[in-house]
Amino acid sequence: MGYLGILGALITLTGALFILFAAVGLLRMPDIYNRIQAGTKATTLGSMLTLLGIGLIHPAWLLKIALLIIFVFVSNPVSSHVLGRAAHHIRVPLSSRTVKDQLAESESSSTNEQEVSE
Amino acid sequence: MVEVILNIAMVIIGLSFLLVTVRFIIGETVVDRVVALDTLTVSTIGLIVMLAHFFGRVIYIDVSIVYGILSFIGVIIIAKYLEKSL
Amino acid sequence: MSYTFIVIIMGIIMLVMAFTAIYHKNLKVAVIASGIISLFASVIYIFLAAPDVAITEAAIGSALTVVIFFYVLNKIRLTDDTK
Repeated sequence: MGYLGILGALITLTGALFILFAAVGLLRMPDIYNRIQAGTKATTLGSMLTLLGIGLIHPAWLLKIALLIIFVFVSNPVSSHVLGRAAHHIRVPLSSRTVKDQLAESESSSTNEQEVSE
Repeated sequence: MVEVILNIAMVIIGLSFLLVTVRFIIGETVVDRVVALDTLTVSTIGLIVMLAHFFGRVIYIDVSIVYGILSFIGVIIIAKYLEKSL
Repeated sequence: MSYTFIVIIMGIIMLVMAFTAIYHKNLKVAVIASGIISLFASVIYIFLAAPDVAITEAAIGSALTVVIFFYVLNKIRLTDDTK
Protein backbone atom coordinates (compact mmCIF):
# COMPACT_ATOMS: atom_id res chain seq x y z
CA MET A 1 0.00 0.00 0.00
CA GLY A 2 2.91 2.31 0.65
CA TYR A 3 3.05 6.02 1.32
CA LEU A 4 -0.06 6.83 -0.72
CA GLY A 5 -2.22 4.70 1.57
CA ILE A 6 -0.89 6.35 4.74
CA LEU A 7 -1.37 9.80 3.16
CA GLY A 8 -4.96 8.88 2.29
CA ALA A 9 -5.61 7.61 5.82
CA LEU A 10 -4.30 10.86 7.31
CA ILE A 11 -6.50 12.91 4.95
CA THR A 12 -9.48 10.78 6.01
CA LEU A 13 -8.67 11.42 9.67
CA THR A 14 -8.56 15.17 8.96
CA GLY A 15 -11.97 14.98 7.32
CA ALA A 16 -13.42 13.10 10.29
CA LEU A 17 -12.03 15.79 12.61
CA PHE A 18 -13.73 18.46 10.48
CA ILE A 19 -17.02 16.57 10.83
CA LEU A 20 -16.53 16.49 14.63
CA PHE A 21 -15.83 20.26 14.64
CA ALA A 22 -19.02 20.79 12.64
CA ALA A 23 -20.99 18.85 15.25
CA VAL A 24 -19.45 20.88 18.10
CA GLY A 25 -20.27 24.11 16.25
CA LEU A 26 -23.82 22.93 15.67
CA LEU A 27 -24.13 22.40 19.43
CA ARG A 28 -22.45 25.60 20.64
CA MET A 29 -23.46 28.37 18.24
CA PRO A 30 -26.01 30.87 19.59
CA ASP A 31 -28.15 31.42 16.50
CA ILE A 32 -29.82 29.44 13.74
CA TYR A 33 -27.88 31.22 10.99
CA ASN A 34 -24.55 30.56 12.72
CA ARG A 35 -25.60 26.93 13.11
CA ILE A 36 -26.35 26.66 9.39
CA GLN A 37 -22.93 28.18 8.65
CA ALA A 38 -21.08 25.81 10.99
CA GLY A 39 -23.05 22.71 10.22
CA THR A 40 -22.99 22.91 6.45
CA LYS A 41 -19.68 24.45 5.38
CA ALA A 42 -17.48 22.43 7.74
CA THR A 43 -19.41 19.26 6.91
CA THR A 44 -18.90 19.84 3.18
CA LEU A 45 -15.14 20.17 3.63
CA GLY A 46 -14.97 17.19 6.01
CA SER A 47 -16.97 14.91 3.75
CA MET A 48 -14.92 15.90 0.69
CA LEU A 49 -11.64 15.22 2.54
CA THR A 50 -12.93 11.84 3.73
CA LEU A 51 -13.92 10.81 0.21
CA LEU A 52 -10.59 12.03 -1.21
CA GLY A 53 -8.65 10.01 1.37
CA ILE A 54 -10.48 6.78 0.55
CA GLY A 55 -9.92 7.55 -3.13
CA LEU A 56 -6.17 7.82 -2.53
CA ILE A 57 -6.17 4.47 -0.71
CA HIS A 58 -8.04 2.76 -3.59
CA PRO A 59 -7.04 4.49 -6.86
CA ALA A 60 -9.31 2.17 -8.90
CA TRP A 61 -12.43 3.69 -7.27
CA LEU A 62 -11.38 7.25 -8.00
CA LEU A 63 -13.92 7.86 -10.80
CA LYS A 64 -17.01 7.16 -8.68
CA ILE A 65 -15.52 9.04 -5.75
CA ALA A 66 -14.81 12.06 -7.97
CA LEU A 67 -18.45 12.00 -9.07
CA LEU A 68 -19.54 11.93 -5.42
CA ILE A 69 -17.15 14.77 -4.47
CA ILE A 70 -18.48 16.94 -7.30
CA PHE A 71 -22.05 16.22 -6.25
CA VAL A 72 -21.46 17.07 -2.57
CA PHE A 73 -19.56 20.21 -3.59
CA VAL A 74 -22.45 21.41 -5.76
CA SER A 75 -25.50 20.37 -3.76
CA ASN A 76 -24.62 21.08 -0.13
CA PRO A 77 -24.11 24.90 -0.35
CA VAL A 78 -27.34 25.14 -2.36
CA SER A 79 -29.32 23.38 0.37
CA SER A 80 -27.71 25.54 3.06
CA HIS A 81 -28.63 28.70 1.14
CA VAL A 82 -32.23 27.57 0.70
CA LEU A 83 -32.48 26.72 4.41
CA GLY A 84 -31.12 30.10 5.46
CA ARG A 85 -33.54 31.87 3.14
CA ALA A 86 -36.48 29.88 4.52
CA ALA A 87 -35.40 30.64 8.10
CA HIS A 88 -35.22 34.35 7.32
CA HIS A 89 -38.57 34.19 5.56
CA ILE A 90 -40.43 32.67 8.52
CA ARG A 91 -38.69 35.18 10.82
CA VAL A 92 -36.64 33.02 13.10
CA PRO A 93 -35.21 35.55 15.59
CA LEU A 94 -31.57 36.53 15.19
CA SER A 95 -29.03 36.46 17.99
CA SER A 96 -28.86 39.43 20.36
CA ARG A 97 -25.29 40.13 19.23
CA THR A 98 -26.23 40.58 15.57
CA VAL A 99 -24.99 43.89 14.21
CA LYS A 100 -26.54 44.20 10.74
CA ASP A 101 -29.33 42.46 8.78
CA GLN A 102 -28.84 43.46 5.16
CA LEU A 103 -31.56 41.19 3.71
CA ALA A 104 -34.34 42.79 5.79
CA GLU A 105 -33.03 46.27 4.94
CA SER A 106 -32.94 45.54 1.19
CA GLU A 107 -36.44 44.02 1.29
CA SER A 108 -37.90 47.03 3.09
CA SER A 109 -36.10 49.52 0.78
CA SER A 110 -37.28 47.67 -2.34
CA THR A 111 -40.91 47.76 -1.16
CA ASN A 112 -40.54 51.50 -0.48
CA GLU A 113 -39.21 52.06 -4.00
CA GLN A 114 -42.14 50.16 -5.46
CA GLU A 115 -44.58 52.30 -3.51
CA VAL A 116 -42.83 55.48 -4.67
CA SER A 117 -42.82 54.40 -8.34
CA GLU A 118 -46.48 53.51 -8.21
CA MET B 1 -1.28 1.46 10.23
CA VAL B 2 -3.93 2.46 7.70
CA GLU B 3 -6.56 0.31 9.40
CA VAL B 4 -5.79 1.81 12.83
CA ILE B 5 -6.11 5.40 11.54
CA LEU B 6 -9.37 4.59 9.76
CA ASN B 7 -10.79 2.96 12.92
CA ILE B 8 -10.00 6.15 14.85
CA ALA B 9 -11.72 8.22 12.13
CA MET B 10 -14.82 5.99 12.36
CA VAL B 11 -15.02 6.44 16.15
CA ILE B 12 -14.72 10.24 15.69
CA ILE B 13 -17.62 10.21 13.23
CA GLY B 14 -19.69 8.21 15.75
CA LEU B 15 -19.02 10.84 18.44
CA SER B 16 -20.17 13.57 16.04
CA PHE B 17 -23.41 11.59 15.50
CA LEU B 18 -24.05 11.76 19.26
CA LEU B 19 -23.43 15.54 19.40
CA VAL B 20 -25.73 16.23 16.44
CA THR B 21 -28.43 14.09 18.08
CA VAL B 22 -28.20 16.27 21.20
CA ARG B 23 -28.81 19.31 18.97
CA PHE B 24 -31.80 17.54 17.42
CA ILE B 25 -33.30 16.92 20.86
CA ILE B 26 -32.84 20.44 22.28
CA GLY B 27 -33.26 22.43 19.04
CA GLU B 28 -35.75 25.26 19.35
CA THR B 29 -37.16 25.51 15.81
CA VAL B 30 -37.81 23.14 12.92
CA VAL B 31 -34.93 24.66 10.92
CA ASP B 32 -32.50 23.52 13.64
CA ARG B 33 -33.73 19.97 13.19
CA VAL B 34 -33.45 20.17 9.40
CA VAL B 35 -29.84 21.37 9.70
CA ALA B 36 -29.19 18.43 12.04
CA LEU B 37 -30.68 16.07 9.43
CA ASP B 38 -28.48 17.55 6.70
CA THR B 39 -25.34 17.24 8.84
CA LEU B 40 -26.18 13.62 9.72
CA THR B 41 -26.70 12.75 6.06
CA VAL B 42 -23.45 14.27 4.81
CA SER B 43 -21.52 12.62 7.67
CA THR B 44 -23.17 9.31 6.78
CA ILE B 45 -21.89 9.62 3.18
CA GLY B 46 -18.33 9.69 4.53
CA LEU B 47 -19.06 6.79 6.87
CA ILE B 48 -20.48 4.63 4.06
CA VAL B 49 -17.42 5.22 1.87
CA MET B 50 -15.22 4.19 4.82
CA LEU B 51 -17.30 1.01 5.16
CA ALA B 52 -16.75 0.38 1.45
CA HIS B 53 -13.01 0.40 2.18
CA PHE B 54 -13.37 -1.93 5.17
CA PHE B 55 -15.54 -4.51 3.39
CA GLY B 56 -13.69 -4.11 0.09
CA ARG B 57 -16.78 -3.82 -2.14
CA VAL B 58 -17.20 -0.94 -4.58
CA ILE B 59 -20.99 -1.23 -4.76
CA TYR B 60 -21.36 0.45 -1.35
CA ILE B 61 -20.36 3.76 -2.94
CA ASP B 62 -23.54 3.59 -5.04
CA VAL B 63 -25.55 3.65 -1.81
CA SER B 64 -23.91 6.91 -0.81
CA ILE B 65 -24.53 8.41 -4.29
CA VAL B 66 -28.25 7.63 -3.89
CA TYR B 67 -28.07 9.13 -0.41
CA GLY B 68 -26.60 12.41 -1.60
CA ILE B 69 -29.13 12.96 -4.40
CA LEU B 70 -32.23 12.06 -2.38
CA SER B 71 -31.32 13.93 0.80
CA PHE B 72 -30.72 17.06 -1.30
CA ILE B 73 -34.25 16.74 -2.71
CA GLY B 74 -35.68 16.17 0.79
CA VAL B 75 -34.03 19.27 2.27
CA ILE B 76 -35.20 21.41 -0.67
CA ILE B 77 -38.79 20.15 -0.25
CA ILE B 78 -38.79 20.86 3.52
CA ALA B 79 -37.39 24.37 2.98
CA LYS B 80 -40.00 25.10 0.30
CA TYR B 81 -42.73 23.89 2.69
CA LEU B 82 -41.49 26.19 5.45
CA GLU B 83 -41.36 29.07 2.98
CA LYS B 84 -44.99 28.41 1.90
CA SER B 85 -43.99 28.19 -1.78
CA LEU B 86 -44.22 24.46 -2.48
CA MET C 1 -14.23 -2.94 17.99
CA SER C 2 -15.11 0.27 16.17
CA TYR C 3 -17.84 -1.63 14.28
CA THR C 4 -19.48 -2.45 17.62
CA PHE C 5 -19.16 1.17 18.76
CA ILE C 6 -20.74 2.55 15.59
CA VAL C 7 -23.59 0.02 15.62
CA ILE C 8 -24.36 0.66 19.31
CA ILE C 9 -24.40 4.43 18.75
CA MET C 10 -26.71 4.08 15.76
CA GLY C 11 -29.05 1.79 17.71
CA ILE C 12 -29.27 4.28 20.58
CA ILE C 13 -29.96 7.14 18.14
CA MET C 14 -32.66 5.07 16.39
CA LEU C 15 -34.38 4.40 19.74
CA VAL C 16 -34.27 8.09 20.69
CA MET C 17 -35.64 9.12 17.29
CA ALA C 18 -38.43 6.53 17.54
CA PHE C 19 -39.56 7.92 20.89
CA THR C 20 -39.33 11.44 19.45
CA ALA C 21 -41.47 10.42 16.47
CA ILE C 22 -44.13 8.98 18.76
CA TYR C 23 -44.32 11.51 21.56
CA HIS C 24 -43.38 14.89 20.03
CA LYS C 25 -46.17 17.47 19.76
CA ASN C 26 -44.96 19.04 16.49
CA LEU C 27 -45.84 16.94 13.45
CA LYS C 28 -42.96 18.11 11.23
CA VAL C 29 -40.38 17.11 13.86
CA ALA C 30 -41.96 13.65 14.01
CA VAL C 31 -41.67 13.24 10.22
CA ILE C 32 -37.99 14.34 10.23
CA ALA C 33 -37.28 11.92 13.11
CA SER C 34 -38.75 9.03 11.11
CA GLY C 35 -36.48 10.04 8.23
CA ILE C 36 -33.44 9.79 10.51
CA ILE C 37 -34.58 6.31 11.63
CA SER C 38 -34.56 5.17 7.99
CA LEU C 39 -31.13 6.74 7.44
CA PHE C 40 -29.49 4.70 10.18
CA ALA C 41 -31.46 1.57 9.32
CA SER C 42 -29.90 1.81 5.85
CA VAL C 43 -26.38 1.97 7.33
CA ILE C 44 -27.17 -1.08 9.47
CA TYR C 45 -28.29 -2.94 6.32
CA ILE C 46 -24.84 -2.13 4.89
CA PHE C 47 -23.26 -3.71 7.98
CA LEU C 48 -25.36 -6.81 7.28
CA ALA C 49 -23.88 -6.94 3.72
CA ALA C 50 -27.10 -6.17 1.83
CA PRO C 51 -26.43 -3.13 -0.39
CA ASP C 52 -29.57 -3.55 -2.51
CA VAL C 53 -31.82 -3.40 0.55
CA ALA C 54 -29.81 -0.40 1.73
CA ILE C 55 -30.38 1.45 -1.57
CA THR C 56 -34.12 0.72 -1.39
CA GLU C 57 -34.36 1.82 2.23
CA ALA C 58 -32.46 5.05 1.48
CA ALA C 59 -34.62 5.87 -1.53
CA ILE C 60 -38.02 5.06 -0.06
CA GLY C 61 -37.70 5.44 3.69
CA SER C 62 -35.40 8.39 3.97
CA ALA C 63 -36.44 10.49 0.98
CA LEU C 64 -39.76 9.53 -0.60
CA THR C 65 -41.67 9.19 2.68
CA VAL C 66 -40.48 12.59 3.90
CA VAL C 67 -41.25 14.24 0.56
CA ILE C 68 -44.78 12.77 0.38
CA PHE C 69 -45.50 13.65 4.02
CA PHE C 70 -44.49 17.27 3.49
CA TYR C 71 -46.45 17.47 0.22
CA VAL C 72 -49.60 16.31 2.03
CA LEU C 73 -48.93 18.60 5.02
CA ASN C 74 -48.71 21.46 2.52
CA LYS C 75 -52.07 20.46 1.03
CA ILE C 76 -53.88 20.34 4.38
CA ARG C 77 -52.23 23.36 5.97
CA LEU C 78 -54.82 25.28 8.00
CA THR C 79 -53.10 27.74 10.33
CA ASP C 80 -49.85 29.64 10.48
CA ASP C 81 -47.79 26.90 12.09
CA THR C 82 -44.28 27.35 10.70
CA LYS C 83 -42.35 27.37 13.92
